[in-house]
Amino acid sequence: MEARMHKKRLFSVIAATSAAALILSGCGGSSSSTSGVPKVDMMKSLGKGEGQVNIVAWAGYVENGSTDPKVDWVTDFEKSTGCKVNVKNGATSDDMVALMKTGEYDVVSASGDASLRLIYGGDVAPVNTKLIPNYADIFDNLKMQPWNSVDGVAYGVPHGRGANLLAYRTDIVKPAPTSWGSVFDVNSPYKGKITAYDSPIYIADAALYLMKTKPELGIKYPYALDQKQFDASVELLKAQKPLIGEYWGDYLKHVASLKSGATVLGTTWQVNINLAQGEKTKVEGIKPVEGSTGWSDTWMISSKAKHPNCAYQWMNHIVSPAANAGVAEWFGEAPSNAKSCDLTADKNHCATFHASDDAYWKDVYYWNTPTEKCLDGRKDAKCIPYAEWVKAWSSLRNA
Amino acid sequence: MIDQISDSLHKRPRLRLTALLSAPLLWLVVAYLGALATLLISAFFTIDSFTGNIVQQFTLTNFSDMFTDAAYRNVVLRTLGIAIAVTLMCTVLAIPMAFYMAKVAKPRTRKLLVALVLTPLWASYLVKIYSWRSMLEPRTGVVDWLLGPIGIHSPGFGITAVIIGLTYLWLPYMILPLFAGMERLPNNLLDASGDLGAHNWYTFRKVIFPLLFPSLVAGSMFTFSLSLGDYITTQIIGGKLQMLGSVVYQNFSINLPFAATISFIPVTIMGIYLYLVRRSGALENM
Amino acid sequence: MTISRGARYALTSLMGVGLAFIYVPLSVVIINSFNASRTFSWPPEQYTTIWWSKAIDNPGVREALRWSVLAGLLATAIALVLGTCLAFAVSRYQFFGREVISLLVVLPISLPGIVTGLALNSAFTRQLGVSTGLLTVVVGHATFCIVIVYNNALARLRRMGTSLQEASMDLGASGFTTFRLITLPNLASALFAGALLAFGLSFDEIVVTTFTAGPGIQTLPIWIYNNLFRPNQAPIVNVVAATLVVISIIPIYLSQKLSQDSTSGGRI
Repeated sequence: MEARMHKKRLFSVIAATSAAALILSGCGGSSSSTSGVPKVDMMKSLGKGEGQVNIVAWAGYVENGSTDPKVDWVTDFEKSTGCKVNVKNGATSDDMVALMKTGEYDVVSASGDASLRLIYGGDVAPVNTKLIPNYADIFDNLKMQPWNSVDGVAYGVPHGRGANLLAYRTDIVKPAPTSWGSVFDVNSPYKGKITAYDSPIYIADAALYLMKTKPELGIKYPYALDQKQFDASVELLKAQKPLIGEYWGDYLKHVASLKSGATVLGTTWQVNINLAQGEKTKVEGIKPVEGSTGWSDTWMISSKAKHPNCAYQWMNHIVSPAANAGVAEWFGEAPSNAKSCDLTADKNHCATFHASDDAYWKDVYYWNTPTEKCLDGRKDAKCIPYAEWVKAWSSLRNA
Repeated sequence: MIDQISDSLHKRPRLRLTALLSAPLLWLVVAYLGALATLLISAFFTIDSFTGNIVQQFTLTNFSDMFTDAAYRNVVLRTLGIAIAVTLMCTVLAIPMAFYMAKVAKPRTRKLLVALVLTPLWASYLVKIYSWRSMLEPRTGVVDWLLGPIGIHSPGFGITAVIIGLTYLWLPYMILPLFAGMERLPNNLLDASGDLGAHNWYTFRKVIFPLLFPSLVAGSMFTFSLSLGDYITTQIIGGKLQMLGSVVYQNFSINLPFAATISFIPVTIMGIYLYLVRRSGALENM
Repeated sequence: MTISRGARYALTSLMGVGLAFIYVPLSVVIINSFNASRTFSWPPEQYTTIWWSKAIDNPGVREALRWSVLAGLLATAIALVLGTCLAFAVSRYQFFGREVISLLVVLPISLPGIVTGLALNSAFTRQLGVSTGLLTVVVGHATFCIVIVYNNALARLRRMGTSLQEASMDLGASGFTTFRLITLPNLASALFAGALLAFGLSFDEIVVTTFTAGPGIQTLPIWIYNNLFRPNQAPIVNVVAATLVVISIIPIYLSQKLSQDSTSGGRI
């Protein structure tokens, strides 16, 4: 009798728990929205700062002197606004989208392959550019672009832009490479010491190479790939895999590998080259003849931001001439604020990074979000959406 | 007042039992199992491919994706293989060490040896793995520096490095239950076996090993489960190696339902393992 | 016990090899904390103590230490209460599902940390809407610390038996007084050993913590993880690690002395 009573109690506890779990799981989460942009309110006026701001940023965008004591545009911001900055580096755009979805961060520096997803996912709010005085000085050809605005509504503040480069150890890789072919060459003498970026967006790099070397495939834009073009790109990456030593996402690990020689060749960012050179590594980065993928980043504010006033103050600060110049030089990119060009320590910085040289950017293909509707305008083909890129990349990495 | 309460509790053993059990069970069953159940349930949902938001409709797509894609089969097998290899290496290293500590060392030395084996447990996991990065760096690492002259070179970063690293990390967890088990082995049993004519290896196989089996299982439970879910070691010394843990980690933020689907695998494996272990009585032996 | 000389020799050398295997990497860490090169080129060309002074001044380390200690103490306290309650229930009573308890209590520690962390994270952030922070970290840690205290307490309670308790009550002491004056003192050393190990586990935990700590909290392992590869901070990480190794001798020695009936100290 006792045993049966206990048994019943145990079962009812288990049943209740399962029921509760089922009900709870039904309550959480939000419904999807592909039919349009979710309505999110825009901030109307600035109030007092909340005392802190949580930022998701690319490595090197939010420096407070701990990486290099001379590189700091955060401390003065904290002092003048009272907003303490907590920064989380996102390794890839996927990382950043995911972090923003948690609702725990206020601001994100999103590249084009993240920004649209964030907008359509309802994770970011439109930006009231009237509340950002420095917005007026930003280069016009960066404002209201397809990746940072929808239907004439601005969703972010342009940050800066750059190209992905081909890094190589000048003392080990001879002769100096000039083409992306050097990382795809199955007979490469540097097999096992080549690196690639650990994100599905890297498929576009393969597509870019095929665009220039196999014109018969008909690729016009690396983010608009139909099934045949996509499969060809993935095949190229599969052939590349034995050459790869490490796929990098953590920029510091990547720099450490460049320094130790575990990596001697592969895709990188200018900031990594700068850091490695600072560690006395003989390394250089070039934009190969085929051109390169790149990014044009936008600061966006979370739709669930807990510290919106500090967030707006940060966005205004980071595109101010001095701060923007600081980031652009440290990271190695073209600034977005036209006035920054006068403030860079290296007077040639803007020229070197082609801040106003439109010709340079002609063969730089900013990260973008592939969709089923072909981004190159083709009406007769169906392109592979980003979700498939993710699956293909995962298969590639795990095989 | 307290005496009154304790007296009334004394008369009602079931009330006492309920009072004792309620808090821990609430925590473990409702909070922990509940969270686990919610996670595993989300394996049956999918995400909207463009926005990344979770679509709460029951579907088996994730599971079919996981089973049909050869890449995931490979990851599972590879991870299992690594876990087994690590367990074996730990066993091979731990048995002689535990035996020495339990039977050969003098009592004073024994305490010292136990302390020496335990100390690394407190050194941070991350630092230990990072030190292996230093050790295994090709050409410039410590292994090449120490053993290069005798012709042994670092295997570089990859699956071998991960197995070595994980063995290193979990070795104390294998040594300690084995040590406890060996301590309980009566010396006269071993002497008797020797007196009856068995040489050392035979004694080990037929007398020591069977008695040690529960301790071995207890230790292996940790080396196995810890290796099964690991992703940090792979990140640091694995080169481009992917393990189950890596797949879960990479997916948890962008595709939680799929991460939950993958999680089914280690949960199932450990569930089976625990069930088998329970039958061998090792749970009492930890 | 008689062991042949050959066997003794073999065992001793194997023990030596094992200890070398364990301690060479740790020595590398300690040596590197004095390595003047910021990227630990090996062998060190120059030695310096500058990293040690920088570590003491480093605010990141101090804050991370504070969080780790706080989370550890809270998690251990919770684990102590819950684990002891459970141990009492299992050792002193018969009830349906008693065998399942040992399985249940071991589950958080036998499932890979990533699954536990993922489950707790999604439960907290999606279902309950609680944002991650100290509370969630403590909940995560306490969950897998319960089993440590439970096992230690259970082993001691089983050894203790009930005779002393019964004698005390026969002599007229109330249940509570018996608990206070008889049971608890006998249990104390096992609980202390369990608490020590639980604290150690919580202090070093990285996987579950990554999922349950939000943007504001950096426990020591998380701080190490974030700074492992940063050229300026990596040497400080080594210093922190070296310190941990050296300091940990104290609790190891203590827990050794106290847990005579569960020498399988270690993780459980």
